[in-house]
Amino acid sequence: MSLNIIVLAKQVPDTRNVGKDAMKEDGTINRAALPAIFNPEDLNALEQALRLKDGHPGSTVTLLTMGLPRAAEIVREAIYRGADCGIVLTDRALGGADTLATSYSLAQAVKKHGNYDLILGGRQAIDGDTAQVGPQIAEKLGLPQVTYAEEILEIKDGKVIVKRRLEHGVETVCAPMPCVVTVNGSAAECRPRNAKRVMKFKRAASPSELAKLPENVVSMVNANPELQIAEWGAAFVEADPEQIGLAGSPTKVKTVENVVFTAKESLCLENNDEQIENLIKDLIANHTIG
Amino acid sequence: MANFYTDNHDLKHHLHHPLMQKIVALKERNFTEAEKYDFAPTDYADAMDNYEKVLEVVGEICGTTIAENAEDVDHQGASCSNGRAYYADKTVDNLDVCRKAGLMGMAMPRRFGGLNFPITPYIMAAEIVSRADTGFENLWGLQDCAETLYEFGSEEQRAKYIPRVCEGETMSMDLTEPDAGSDLQSVMLKATQKEDGTWVLNGVKRFITNGDSDIHLVLARSEEGTKDGRGLSMFIYDKRNGGVTVRRIENKMGIKGSPTCELVYKNAPAELCGSRRMGLIKYVMALMNGARLGIAAQSVGVSEIAYREAKQYAEERRQFGKAIIEFPAVSEILSVMKAKLDASRALLYETSRFVDMYKIYEDIARERKLTEDERAEMKHYSRLADALTPLAKGLGSEYCNQNAYDCIQIHGGSGFMKDYACERIYRDARITSIYEGTTQLQVVAAIRHVTTGTYTKLIESYQADGFGGNLAPMAEMLKAQTALYEEAIAKVTENGNQKLLDFMARRLVEMAGSIIMSYLLLQSAKVDEGFEKTATVYTKMTQALCADHIDFIRNFKDEDLAAYGIE
Repeated sequence: MSLNIIVLAKQVPDTRNVGKDAMKEDGTINRAALPAIFNPEDLNALEQALRLKDGHPGSTVTLLTMGLPRAAEIVREAIYRGADCGIVLTDRALGGADTLATSYSLAQAVKKHGNYDLILGGRQAIDGDTAQVGPQIAEKLGLPQVTYAEEILEIKDGKVIVKRRLEHGVETVCAPMPCVVTVNGSAAECRPRNAKRVMKFKRAASPSELAKLPENVVSMVNANPELQIAEWGAAFVEADPEQIGLAGSPTKVKTVENVVFTAKESLCLENNDEQIENLIKDLIANHTIG
Repeated sequence: MANFYTDNHDLKHHLHHPLMQKIVALKERNFTEAEKYDFAPTDYADAMDNYEKVLEVVGEICGTTIAENAEDVDHQGASCSNGRAYYADKTVDNLDVCRKAGLMGMAMPRRFGGLNFPITPYIMAAEIVSRADTGFENLWGLQDCAETLYEFGSEEQRAKYIPRVCEGETMSMDLTEPDAGSDLQSVMLKATQKEDGTWVLNGVKRFITNGDSDIHLVLARSEEGTKDGRGLSMFIYDKRNGGVTVRRIENKMGIKGSPTCELVYKNAPAELCGSRRMGLIKYVMALMNGARLGIAAQSVGVSEIAYREAKQYAEERRQFGKAIIEFPAVSEILSVMKAKLDASRALLYETSRFVDMYKIYEDIARERKLTEDERAEMKHYSRLADALTPLAKGLGSEYCNQNAYDCIQIHGGSGFMKDYACERIYRDARITSIYEGTTQLQVVAAIRHVTTGTYTKLIESYQADGFGGNLAPMAEMLKAQTALYEEAIAKVTENGNQKLLDFMARRLVEMAGSIIMSYLLLQSAKVDEGFEKTATVYTKMTQALCADHIDFIRNFKDEDLAAYGIE
């Protein structure tokens, strides 16, 4: 059977390469110093989607991302790697959203899109590290969810069989489709961009990108639906203004502090079993280990 | 995440050489393929943008997967059992990622599944791959055997094999035998034609890079009773048909990820490629020229990584209260390394552009008759490519060995340990000046361009460009070196002593190569002043080299040859 797969992805600042200038003096992120990248675990999710597409000819993989208009960059990136098309959910009204408002907005977009068998996403994004958005979308859509997925093993009888990587082992579960699966970084790395796809789809653009491009490119894109990246706003996905953006976000950031870990005290132990045992007990008691 | 294309602006500089405009227009037949293929460019800027975007993919894969795997590949190496060669695990991963990225058959026509890239951006990709893992460049770079198959195979053979290469099947060129190394005329592997007209191969090949590949080009003796090169033909052996086993693989000093195989052919079915008797004299010569350019690219990749490793260490390592790069003795080594790197890279891409020019005309000639002007231009560039290829391979590989040596020197005692990449780089570099014709054989290929004046003419054309500003005194000085070069040729050839010429050939070729590379660096500096430093360092090196050689030649008498064992 062919599948309709939606992959949720986020464009994030590359927090893995944080230099001295990553934060501004006021404690906010200096986005100019951090390149915007495809959230790594979303790439793992994309790979799982593309493998399903390989194994189920006729399937489509649609990337859905919420963010600034420039998030079209990661839609192109996904298309270069094998996705069929993408949607950027972008609107000033969506800005400042916490995970609740984000998952609501994305769930509305998924509903608008309709026609899906699987929704895949990375476990979490490296900028917020909450791991909440995927599960919240599942709840809002009333779908089953499988988290910590490492590999989608099989699609059978309308069900998806997924290997989950948990802290203490591996679990294989089965869920009826449609459902939401969030994928771990331990899953297979995403395939590279493909040279021919890069050359073919390099002109793929969203409406706000087209507004800045020369006329000949615009007409080329307009003539070719494959090159059109959709751009949806809050009204288009019929989002309730009260539930999106800052208004829809109960989370308020009070302050951001730098936390510097320092050793405040030291302990000298004799080299004997008793003292070591006591230390272990203390460490277990205060939850440092165990 | 490292990207080996975007972190190196010099590559972009060389890619955007003015001659590319003509190369691309010819290669794309004035952009007529855009209607047929959705990934074909519509104009020059579009084509260049395509090359850059694909090189970014190459750079990313190389900067991440392939570079990160290099140490493991070196440790595990290739292996051999039950008549088959096996890659190291991470080599398998590397090939897989290159296949998925569509980087196989890059220079092949689109109708066979290729990207239709000119040689120049393809060679740039080869340089980048080599920087990441020198041994892996061999496996990946053997895709240029497809070029030979394309040039000399029938349309049926092209359609049968080239799409497979573009899909990621690997190739090998089975030339060397135990008694036929540099002297390929002695090849003995026997090709026998059966009554039904098909061929089988019997015999042994040795030192075959990637010898367990999917598709082999094989040099074999098809004419019974012959002993020279005119009895040899080229064949295609398809691994799917069976008949060839790997007896053993070599335990090598470097490029350990690349299996070097001894092959046994037992009634292995094969197809004749091209015409009988043309195997060595035409096809293998073409194959080797392509391969030599590949080794030149591999060498520049090694020079690049050696320079980067050395520079990084010199900046980080502190002694006597400061980074060692601050000591003149160290910074001189680094400057010379950079000069050799930049010089050999400039020559590499000058050569690849010349190769592009004549090969594209050759290809157009398969579709239609060339005009007289086009034929003349093809001949012109063919000659230049023939002249520059041995210089790029010979001098580039020597430079990369010198850079690998200096990279260890900069690392001091640490460099002698297995802990740093420089040790692997040193071992990997060593083969570049040996295979596909030793440096000594490159000199043999180059010397006739010294005596017939190809290099002199090229140098004169560079001089005619004119250089102003800071470059003027350097150009002036190079004129003086050119005069010394001509004096040296005159002195060596005045008595028609062939042995003296053979003996002095290396010096003359080095002088020509150095002067040519100096001019190329001046050209680069004219466009981008970032090259001024290396142009200064390299022209000084050229001046010293020419002084040294002319001094030796002026003071040398024919009777001195005896002291070198030459009677």
